[in-house]
Order: sequence, then C-alpha cells, then structure tokens
Amino acid sequence: MPWKFVEGITVADVAFEATGRSLDDVFSASAEAVTATMVKEVKSLRPIVKKELELSAVSPEQLLHDFLEELVYLKDAELLLFGRTVTTIKKDGKSLTASLYGEKLNPKRHELLVDVKAVTWHGFSLKKSGREWRATAVLDV
Amino acid sequence: MHFKPVKKPEFKKISDYVWEIPMSYKSEMRVPARIYASKKLLDGMDLQVFDQVTNVATLPGIINHALCMPDGHSGYGFPIGGVAAFDAEEGVISPGGVGFDINCGMRLVTTNLTYDDVKPKLKELVDLLFDRVPAGVGSEGFVKFKAPEFREMIETGAKWCLEKGWGWEEDLRRTEEEGCIAGADESKVSDRAVTRGLNQIGTLGSGNHYLEIQVVKPENIVDAAAAKTFGIFPNQVVVMFHCGSRGFGHQVATDYLQVFLDVMEKKYGIKILDRELACAPFTSPEGQDYFAAMKCGLNMSFANRQVILHRIRECFSKVFGKSAEELEMHQVYDVAHNTAKLEEYDVDGKRTKVLVHRKGATRAFGPGRVEVPAEFRSTGQPVIIGGSMETGSYLLAGTDGAMKETWGSTAHGSGRTMSRTQAKQMFHGETLQKDMAAKGIYVKTVSYAGLAEEAGKAYKDIDEVIDAAHNAGISRKVVKFVPIGNIKG
Repeated sequence: MPWKFVEGITVADVAFEATGRSLDDVFSASAEAVTATMVKEVKSLRPIVKKELELSAVSPEQLLHDFLEELVYLKDAELLLFGRTVTTIKKDGKSLTASLYGEKLNPKRHELLVDVKAVTWHGFSLKKSGREWRATAVLDV
Repeated sequence: MHFKPVKKPEFKKISDYVWEIPMSYKSEMRVPARIYASKKLLDGMDLQVFDQVTNVATLPGIINHALCMPDGHSGYGFPIGGVAAFDAEEGVISPGGVGFDINCGMRLVTTNLTYDDVKPKLKELVDLLFDRVPAGVGSEGFVKFKAPEFREMIETGAKWCLEKGWGWEEDLRRTEEEGCIAGADESKVSDRAVTRGLNQIGTLGSGNHYLEIQVVKPENIVDAAAAKTFGIFPNQVVVMFHCGSRGFGHQVATDYLQVFLDVMEKKYGIKILDRELACAPFTSPEGQDYFAAMKCGLNMSFANRQVILHRIRECFSKVFGKSAEELEMHQVYDVAHNTAKLEEYDVDGKRTKVLVHRKGATRAFGPGRVEVPAEFRSTGQPVIIGGSMETGSYLLAGTDGAMKETWGSTAHGSGRTMSRTQAKQMFHGETLQKDMAAKGIYVKTVSYAGLAEEAGKAYKDIDEVIDAAHNAGISRKVVKFVPIGNIKG
C-alpha cells in the first residue's frame, strides 16, 4: 500500500500522504501510515484479533477522518494495533464496513515508536486526481 | 501540499522583543497580532506561525491582540505559544486555542538532596522511576478504574488523589486551580473519552513528555531571593515532569471539534479560515458544554501529575531510605500550558472577565494576584519552563508586565525547529543516549527513535527563549536547572 511521511506540513508532529487507485486502497494505506507511526514494523503485528467496523459520514473526507480516529481510539481503549485493514466503501464514499486484523500491543514483541493521540484537521484532505485518490493527514503525537 | 504559500508579514517593531502584524495583513483580522520574540527568534519562526496567529486575530470577540510567545512554532488552529482573550459575552471558545492535550503541563518538586548525594545512586533511581512511572505507546498506570469512578475523578482532579492517600495537602495549594477547577461536568464527556482514559492515570505518554532529575548549579541562580522563596538552594536536586490528559483529553477535544464544525457556520454564522479553529459562541450551549468537558480534561491531567508525583516520592524514599517528608519533597508548583480560563483583567479601565486561551503558553501571574499561593504572592507565580532533555529548563516568576500585555502569560518550552523525521535522520537514539551519558545525563527510554526525535538540536535555544521572555518583561528569570537523569516515553 503506498504511503509516505511528508515534510513541510508540521514541525512538531507527523504528516503522511497516502495514495490508492480506489477509496478502499487509500483508506487501507492511510490506516497503515497511522499504525507505522506507532510501531516500527507493521508486519510484526500478527492477525490474532479481528474487529469489524461500520461507519458513515457526510463526505468521503469525513469518513476517512472518522476511520483513522477509530484506530486511535482502539489503540487506547483496547490497546490494539492493526497490521492489516480491509475496507468496503459504498460507491458514494459516505459509508464503509471494515475488518481490522491485529493484536494487543506488546513492547516485548513490537518496537513501539511515538503515540498517535489524534487525527487533526490541519491540512487534512482526500482528493481524486486523474485515476488516483490521494489523502494527506497530520497526526498529533 | 494543501497550504497556500504564506506571505512574510511586514512587522511593526513595538520594542526589541515585541513585533506587530498589522490588521492590513488579512482583511478578516479584527485586531493586530503581536509576536514576543528577539529578532533572531522571530527570523527563525516558520511562516505558518504568522499565518496561524493572524487567523486567530479573525475570531469573533477577540480583545486587543492575538499573541504568540517566544517559543512559538506552528500548531493546529492556534500556533503553539498562542494566547488570545475573548469577551465573555460576545466572544467564542475554540478547542484549537486549547490544544488536543488539554492541560498539558509541568510540575516541579524539590528535595533536600544535593548532586553529591544523588550521583552514586542516579542509575538506580532513574531505573526505578522508569519502572514505576510508565511511559510510551499504550502504557498503563497502576490505578485501575471503572467508568463511574473515573467520572468522579474528572470532576474532582487532584483532590480525588488525596482522598486515596496519593499526595499532601500542600500539593493542592501549589497547583493551578488547587488541582480541581470548578465547573467540570462529567455529563458533558463522552463514554469514548472515558474509555480512552481508564488506564492512563499515572502515565507520562510519549512525544515530548518526560520526567527529569535536575541540578541547581550555583552559577545558574539568577534571583536568589525568589529562588529561596520557591524552596531552591545551590547544588540541590529537583524533579521536573511534563505530561497531560493523555488520550482522554484528546478525545474530549476531538469530540467537540466535530460538534463545533457542525454548528459553527450553520447555527451561528461564524466563518473561519482554518477548520482547526472551529469555535462556538462562549455563551452558546455548545460553547458551555465544551467548557465544562474541557475542565474535566484539566482535572484529569492534574490527577495524572498528582499520581506521578506520588510515585516519584515513593521511588526517592525507597532509594534513599528516608520518607518523602524527610527528603523535603515539596511541590514547588504545577502549571497548565494548554487551557482556556475565565480570568479578570483591567480592560479599558474596567475590571472585566475574559476567556483566556493559552495553547503552549504558561500562566505567569504577577505579584498580588489572589490565584497565586499566599507564600508566593509577593514574588509572583512560579513559572515552570521545560527545555530539551540536553540543554536545561527554567523556573521563572510571573510579572506585572505579563498582566498588562499578555493576559498573564509567557512561554512554555523551547519550541521545536526541526521536524521529527529530520531529527531521526540526523540523530541516532542509541548514540545520543551514549553521548548524553558522557555529559553526565543518564537517560532511559521506551523508544530510541523517540529519543532521537527529542534531541536538543531539534529545539530552539532555551536560553534565547527565556532571555526574550525576561527582556520583554512577561516573566523574570529565577533559576536554570541542568539535567542529570531523564525518562522518555
């Protein structure tokens, strides 16, 4: 899933840009970016726990924001990090179902980095350019 | 990239340490913006600071100026280091003016130990603190809550901890709002926020949060009388720590940011230049709900730092074989640097209640304010400023100048100049740890990458920041502390 951390948007926190040929792809890539901010090897997260999500929002951009916020919530509320996410987004981009695969974080197994505490609206965007979706987000750490 | 290029303002020089951006910079500005900084610090600020502080100047009900302190750097909505006061009747309240980490703050604790006492046991002490004060992603504290008790705690703050035996009566007096701000209403807080906070009391978190053992070098005492009043003496070892309301406060902020985004324009006709400045009239139901929920964040954070103080006292007691009382582990003060509070000032010759937002800015009340503990009232409020883990930190005192110019506010830290990615490219955590050990600073960290991100060179020069605050007259130097031990999340 293509995503990268980007410079020039925030000094104190973490910004990333994710791309995908579909909304499903860009949502999954964004989810991986959030997780990769907190754990060095996303692949080290085993698919031991499966969580199902259903979300709806007023726009695809709001839906992506809410989806990423859900990952932050589950990290604090249930200490879960997810190595793989599979989303099914409705055609209008305003609702989704998602399956999240991961495990409880464990400092002995996972090299933990910095805590993501919120997905901000600072520079947050989800846009389609040609055939590609592109998301940008700044994470409060 | 989704940001319009920012035009560098033409500053009007008010003094060597105050620079004004006139209202002509943006047509929507209601008041000018003022940056408190030396010319060198001003020139080093990223352009987004000026964009953000002038966006703040467009908010309804803002009084006098939108302000930025010497450690200013870009944030979300308000810049970090941003201060603004709003008319309590006509003005707005904005989570973007408080920050996600509600009541992120600093606490300073004395001991009667000297560097020579601590040096032989420093490693043992830091290792024990590292074990007892959890830090890093997903860290859990020793206090286990069910939701109803957590909801009781967020209405009572540090007072709740004293009922459990985790603190001294004097700790409350030496905490802003006596550790329990009035008007916190748990019914305005979501279950989601409570669930996020359940395991987090007594934890530092990560990022720039830390716990540090520091030394008072005799040559670093600037104001001996004020230092004595605050309980500081030469060669003394003190403990300083920095943390906030963890995931709980972030969820409160996230919840209400969304509420405000939904009603701001539709219901109240308020247009803003940045979604992170989402706001509502202070007197509106939504504004009052956020104010009451935000106060729960303040209380949670006071309780968090109170429990950490309890743990610190336990650790020192164990390592040095004396009680915390015998070790004279008095709290100097606890300051909040992410808040919105109703405070009284003279505005146009009239005593007026205003809503002061401080985002990455410390309250610095001058002599005589009743909010300052009686023993410090003639000196001014103790102001605790954390520097980077390599360079040192400061204790200042509040001034009349701050009361007149900056709504009783000053800087809160060094202020970052380098992104986290850049810092990780330039510094290597394990090497940094060894280099710091060579300088006499023993560091324990949960994450070497996190350690590299917090390298001293990723921050502004703390001395330059403090000189600017001192010379601008918005706080005055009392003492500088140098680190000898550090725990990083």
